[in-house]
Formats: sequence, structure tokens, C-alpha cells
Amino acid sequence: MIASPPPRIRQRELSLGEKLQWVNWPLLALLLVIGLIGYAMLYSAGGGSHSPWAWKHGLRLAVFLPVMVGIALVDIRFWLKISYLFYGLVVVLLVGVDVLGEINKGAQRWLDLGVIQIQPSELMKVALIMALARYFHTAYLDDTRRILFLLPAVLMILVPVGLVLVQPDLGTAVTLLVSGTAMLFMAGVRIWKFVVVGALGGAALPVLWAKMHDYQRQRVYTFLDPESDPLGSGYHIIQSKIALGSGGFWGKGFLHGTQAQLSFLPEKQTDFAFTMLAEEMGFVGAVTVLMLFLAVLMLGLVVAVRTASQYSRLVAIGAVINLFIYVAINVSMVTGLIPVVGVPLPLISYGGTAMLTLVVSLGLLLCADVHRNLVIPRFPSNL
Amino acid sequence: MQQEAERVRSFTRRALFVGGAQVVLFGALVGRLYHLQVQRSAEYSLLAEDNRIDQRLLIPPRGRILDRNGVALASNVPTYRVRVVREQAGDLRETLQRLAQLISLTPEQIEAVLAEARTRRAFMPMTVREDLSWDEVSRIAVHSPELPGVVLDSGLLRQYPYGEVLSHVLGYVGAVSQAEQQRDPDPLLQLPDFRIGKSGIERSYDKVLRGRAGLSRVEVNAIGREIRELDRTEGEPGEDVQLSLDLELQRFCFARLTSELAASAVVIDVRTGGILALASVPSYDPASFTGGLSRRLWTELRDNPRHPLVNKCIRGQYPPGSTFKMMTALAGLESGAITETTRIFCPGSVSLGTARFYCWKEHGHGSINLVNALEQSCDCYFYEVARRVGVDAIADMANRFGLGHRLDLDLPGEQPGLIPTRAWKKATFRQSWQKGETLVCGIGQGYVAATPLQLAVMTARLANGGLAVKPRVVLPKDAPPLSSVGVSRASLELVLRGMREVVHGARGTARQAALNLPGIEMGGKTGTAQVRRISKADRASGRHKREDIPWEERDHALFVCFAPYASPRFAVSVIVEHGLHGASAAAPIARDIMKKTLELFKDTIEPQTATVTERGNAS
Repeated sequence: MIASPPPRIRQRELSLGEKLQWVNWPLLALLLVIGLIGYAMLYSAGGGSHSPWAWKHGLRLAVFLPVMVGIALVDIRFWLKISYLFYGLVVVLLVGVDVLGEINKGAQRWLDLGVIQIQPSELMKVALIMALARYFHTAYLDDTRRILFLLPAVLMILVPVGLVLVQPDLGTAVTLLVSGTAMLFMAGVRIWKFVVVGALGGAALPVLWAKMHDYQRQRVYTFLDPESDPLGSGYHIIQSKIALGSGGFWGKGFLHGTQAQLSFLPEKQTDFAFTMLAEEMGFVGAVTVLMLFLAVLMLGLVVAVRTASQYSRLVAIGAVINLFIYVAINVSMVTGLIPVVGVPLPLISYGGTAMLTLVVSLGLLLCADVHRNLVIPRFPSNL
Repeated sequence: MQQEAERVRSFTRRALFVGGAQVVLFGALVGRLYHLQVQRSAEYSLLAEDNRIDQRLLIPPRGRILDRNGVALASNVPTYRVRVVREQAGDLRETLQRLAQLISLTPEQIEAVLAEARTRRAFMPMTVREDLSWDEVSRIAVHSPELPGVVLDSGLLRQYPYGEVLSHVLGYVGAVSQAEQQRDPDPLLQLPDFRIGKSGIERSYDKVLRGRAGLSRVEVNAIGREIRELDRTEGEPGEDVQLSLDLELQRFCFARLTSELAASAVVIDVRTGGILALASVPSYDPASFTGGLSRRLWTELRDNPRHPLVNKCIRGQYPPGSTFKMMTALAGLESGAITETTRIFCPGSVSLGTARFYCWKEHGHGSINLVNALEQSCDCYFYEVARRVGVDAIADMANRFGLGHRLDLDLPGEQPGLIPTRAWKKATFRQSWQKGETLVCGIGQGYVAATPLQLAVMTARLANGGLAVKPRVVLPKDAPPLSSVGVSRASLELVLRGMREVVHGARGTARQAALNLPGIEMGGKTGTAQVRRISKADRASGRHKREDIPWEERDHALFVCFAPYASPRFAVSVIVEHGLHGASAAAPIARDIMKKTLELFKDTIEPQTATVTERGNAS
């Protein structure tokens, strides 16, 4: 293939005012609404009290939404430039966590840096997307047809997946695998390749099963037949379904969800926040929240499609896919469609790390949108 | 340019596909919600609008702890407790004060409930007091109209009928801590009344004893009052745990030790490693923990210089003194540094450089062989053996016999003891090993430290012909075959013979410890562990031998033994803290314990008359 240099379009740098104008405010507004619903639910989860969860959630919103705008205002070429660096750093952190886990002889997902605790596997969800977007930024469809060209990208996915798997954190590992695969798909890799790899993977499932931890297997068993173990692992799913079912069409009303308020619902402030919402706000409330998320996803897709450069496109679609995975897994989990894997519902569940991941990836999406008309050369020599 | 357009087209196409897939999946989720919340909603909405289903976990009865003969050492007794529901109590403080006029209730207990009320849901009952007498129950029942929100309830209370005799072994149960809740996902741990094993067997076998929660679905009205039980799934009660411990022997050991201020004894089956008794004095009453401990009692227990809370058998680390000489002897025999006939001259002390190392016998033992050196516990003999083989060979031997590391006992808190090596000293103090330290180590002093359990295991491994038994309080159903410690039969026989002479020989240091049972002989070894360095001045005045020095500066007295000599079954180790002399303070206790053990197990001991005469003429 001949690497013909793309025509350089003389581009004027955007001023701050222009950038602010180009920020996708409707999308931000949607996020704010979802976040406020989360605030209300955490207020209810606290038994009608701002403590212990709601006020902190509000605080995080107040900090993170401006941070998201901040990320959007930075020149996207900067993010492109540091993509690999960031990815490498997170890989190092993941190794650090694994080594620590080895030393402490147990599952270790957190890295305590004294001031803050970080969970590198969460950061990896963003880092992987950035690195893959950076990699495929240079790739024309011809490139993606070549196995040799795809190999580094596949390694970029498998290395963190492996590192997270040994922590062991099956849920996040699967999430990374799915989002990485989706990125390959979006970069233009031929469909039949996915079919072949998928078939091979299916054949490898028995091996994976043999290597799973007992608690992970237990989760799968429980998922297949929750009623068989109503007090152990099945407890969460059954309680969640009762809460959903008794919520009915209109819900029991704010602060009146008996399942949640009576503490039958476990983890109601984190992984099962959606259940509580569906119990108190009913089918109507649950579907409303799902539609809000769907609206965010669709706006994100629009951003991805209308952006001029490949890096921006891929980063934007990556953010969309990330958000989609969070929502789809969480809601499937609490409605008993898939095993309990411990994935929170973004902006609604209590907890900082997932929100941070989301803020960074959606910030990048906004950034792509701000720079939608900017054409970044394929081989940026001097950015 | 065409290529760029191509990839944009591909991207857009696929983005539309992804978008479509997302819409479809969200549609599926909405469908699922519709199924649960609308179609099946009737299932859950059958109840009247202010009724609700309350799922209550039922705490399964905790498994009992049994001794080897099936006697219950820990069991559950029904108890009445009084609880209060804040939502219904009106003024909680006032209600509690009214309650305090009927039953004994300290101001601290009232404050504790008030504090708990701040963190619990208003309709959750909180336990005010457990273990009510029947009298108190009826008084509350009579006054119930004046006590809104106060409910009587029955439950199970953990009971330890043998109290302090077994508290170190059994441990106790207590309220679940936050850390424990995080470590263990069992929903039972979320229940305020659930009790978890905090120490001892209760802790190490907690999962077995705990059982699985049952579930009761009850219909409750809007204020949380139970209307009726809808259905009930019984949980699985916890399994009983049977110990290898013998209650009668344990009680005997404990009673026998209480003549001392602080002492411990371990009895172990040399063939299986099963622990028959594990007694540590002084002890504490576990009942004081179940009802919540007063601060005063806690401080008293914690600060007591005799350490009643510590299980000395597994946590006390003492210099083994002369009981360690078997290890030095075996190191010498196995390396070829000495043989059965090697004689060493003991003039009463040896010098090394400027230092002088004394034998306990001031004028020395003269020329002496190994068996007699063990019999009379000659220090000079073992100084010389230690000098010949070096500290690392001794450490290797000691490690093989279970010293210097944890033995994976199924009780929490076991201490590793210490067996020094050159490398250890270098790593710990950044100093090189001194020759003199080897000599001191050879007689079990200096850095060497061992727990009574380790000494019992060491003796068991000597007595059973060099099999590496592991100590267990609960014997596993299928134990793996024992590995050998890798010491020749001949060397072991020789050391055991020396141990027999200690008890039965003409000059044995523990002659008064003989069992006086027809046909049964015993092997043993005395030990006296220095607590305080003997200064030259002490030696000159003879003060170090007197009994008028303060208790906490006196030497520890040790004795280890096994019996029957002809076909060993049991090993015993006894340590009397600051008991002065192994022979006078520890040996008689060990003898009595061994005698009792043999008496209790006499049906299981094969008659050994033939072998006794065959080996009995060694002296």
C-alpha cells in the first residue's frame, strides 16, 4: 500500500468561546438529569436522608460534570498524543495490583496511593479505547484486512484482559473483552474474523470453566437456577426480582419501596440502585431512565458519525459502547437475565470509580464533538 | 482520499448497526421489565396496600463442640431476650428506663441501645438484654401495656458448661464486626443477633459450626407487626465438631496445673497427632464474653501479668532448656560427630576464648557417654557436641522435629517459636554468629524458643520412631500418610534410651517422676530455662540457686515425656512458668498427667511385657 500523505487542510485553531459553543450541551443536560435521579434514589436509599450517600453523590456530580467539560475543551490532538502513554501507565498499575494481590494472598483490585484509592481495571476501560483508537487512527480498511496488522491491537486487548482476570475480576475482564472487540468491529475488521474467533472461543469455554474460581462458578449456577439457593448467592437476584415485581406499573412511590426500605434489597445504593428505582418509581420510572440512557447513547452515536477524523470517531463510539455495556449489564443483572457480576449503573449507583471512568470517556466524546471539523492527519508528525 | 471515504462509509454503516443493536437490546430490557413489573406484578401485589412480605432469615442452631467421647463442650441453651422496636416505643429513653425498673439493666446497656437506635431502621427490633430469668420475663409480660414497642423473644445462647477449663481451646462467640462482614458474604452475618466464632475452635471451625440460614416469609402490617407466616424454609443447623480432646483428661490437667501461678500442659497422641489435652493456667470464663464484657473486667484480664487470656500452650514461647538436648544429640549422632560410645569429659565448666560456660553440676560429671549425659543432663557434654556439629546442623534437626515454625494447628494464634541459624542472625541483627552462641544453643538457651505444643510434638516425633505427626485438635477423617523426619532408627533408639534413664536410671534427673505402674515405663527429659542471665556475682554468692529471688525472675521449669516406653502412645509436655526446676516443679505434674492418660486409655494399650524385658536392661 502506498502511504500517500493526506492533503493538509489549513486549519484555524478554535478559540475557547467557539469551543464552549460547540460543547454538546443537550448531552450534558441529559447526564445531569440522570445524575439527579441518582441523587434522589440515594436519598431514598439512605432512608430519606442526605447521608450517607446522597450528598457525596451530589458532590461528585458537581465536581465531575465540570471536569467532563474541561476534558472536552482540551485539544483532541493532545489526547491522541498521550493515548499510548496513558494505556502503558494503566498496564503498569494493573501489574502492580496483581503483584500486590500475590503478596497479600487474595483478590486485590485497589491500589492505595495514600490519598486516594484507584482501581486500575476501571481506568483500563478508558485507556483501552484510547489506545485502540490511536492504533486504528492510521488504519485504512486495507490495513484491517491484514492479520499481521491486527495482531498488536489484539494483544492490546488481551494483555489487560489477562491482567484483570488474574485479580480475579471476571466481570471487568469480560467488559474489557467486549468493548475491545467492539472497537475492532468499528475499525472495520471483517465480520467473518469475529465469527471464527467466536467459534474458537466457544470451543475454549470448557477450559475456562475449569479455571474459574468456585465463587464465580457458584454465580453461574445461581444464575441458572436462583431458586435453588435462596439464601446464598441467589438471595440478591430473588430479592431484586421481588422488588421489581412488586413495584408494578406506577411504583410504590418515592421513599416507599418496602423491599429497599426494609433492607431486603442488598447493595441498594450500588449495584442494585436500579432495582430500588424500579420499585419506587415503577415500570414507568424504570423505562424513563432507560430511555434517558438510550438518548445519551444515540446522541453519542450522532457525535461519532459526524466527526471528521478517525481517532475522534473511534474514541466517541468507544465511549458510547462503554456506557452501553455498563447499563446493559447492570439492568440485565438486576432483572435476572445474567449472573450477578457487580457492575454499577453509571450516574445512579453510589461509587466514585465507575463515575470517574464514565466522566473521562464521555469527556472524550464531548471533546470529539467539539473538534468535529478538525481533520487530524493519519501520521501526525508534529501535532 | 477514496480510502478515507471508504473507511468513513464502513464506520457509519457499522455505527448504525451498533445503534440498532443497542435499541434492540434496550427493547429487550424494557420487555423484561414489562414482564416482571406488569405481567407478574400481580404475584406480589396480592397483598393489601399497607401489607408487605417480610423475609426473615432464621439463624440456624450452631453446631455443638464435642469431646472424643461425644460429651458436649459447647452447646446452645434457650434464652429469653427482651427487644424493643423504636417505631413503636414512643420515647425510647423513657421506655427503656421504665424497663430498667423491672429488670436489671445498667445505664451502659441503655446507652448502647440508644446508640444502636441511631443506626438501625425504626422498625427493626433491637436486643436490649439476653438471658432473662423466668421471673423477669413474667414481670415484663405483666407490665407490657406500659411498655410500648417492647417485645419478648426467645433464642439460643451459646453455653460452655466447663467454663475456664476449656476456654482457650473452644474460644467464644461474639457479635459480627464490620471487617468480618466484608470478608464473608453470608447473609447471616448481616443479622444483628448473629454470633460468630471469635477465637479458638469457635473461630477455626466457624463455617462448619455455623450452618445455613433458614427463611421465613411473614406477612407484616404497615408498622412491622407480624400478621402470619406465609411459608418457612428451615435452614441447615450447623454441624457438630468432634475434638480429639478428652474432657476428663483436660479437666484433670487443668486442676493439676492450678497449683501453679502460670503453667501449661499438652498431651498428644504420638501416632495420630491428635491432641488429648491442652491446658493453660490461669484461664478465664468464656461466659463473661457472651453477655458482653465490662471494661473493668477486660482491663483486668488484659493487664494480668499471668496472662489469663493467652493460650500458653500455643502462644507462649519459652527457651526449651535441657529438653532441647535431644536435638543436639541427634544432630551429633546423625553427622557422625559422636557415637554411642563417645565419651566426653565434664570438668564442671568449659572455656571458649574469654568466656566460661558452666555445667549445672559445679564439680562436673567426669567422663560421660551420651546416654548418661542425657540421664544426668550434663551441659558440658552438649556444649562439646554443639561445638562439633555447629548451630546450623542443630537447627536443621530441630526443624525436622517441628520446632521453629508453625505446625498448622487447627486453632488460631499459634506462635512459631525460634530456632536460630547463622543466616537468621545475620538477617536479624546484621552480626555474624559467635561460637559461644552455638554452645548456649546446644543446651536450648539463648535465642532458642519453643511453645509447649512444639515440645510435645517434638517428643511425639521422637517417640513414634521419627514420623512427622502434625498436631490436630480435630482429627481429619482421612489423614495423609505421615512422612518420616529422616533420622536413623539407631540414633533415635539411643536418644530414647537416654530419656528412659532420666526417669528410671540410677542418676536420672527425674527419678521421682517414675510412674510406678507395673510393666509400664516412661521416657522423659527435664528442662530448666533461664529467664535472667546469671552474673558472676550471683554465681559467687550462690544466689542464683535460691528461691528467694522475685517470681518473675525465676527460671521456667519444663518437662517432656512419653509412655509407654516399650511402645509409645502418648507424649506430654509441661511448662511451669518461673517454677525453678524442671525436675521438681514440672516433672511431677507431667507424671500425674501421664498416669491419668494411661489410666483413661488403658483399654487401648496393648500389653507389652515381652518388649519391656527385652529393652528394659539397657541401664
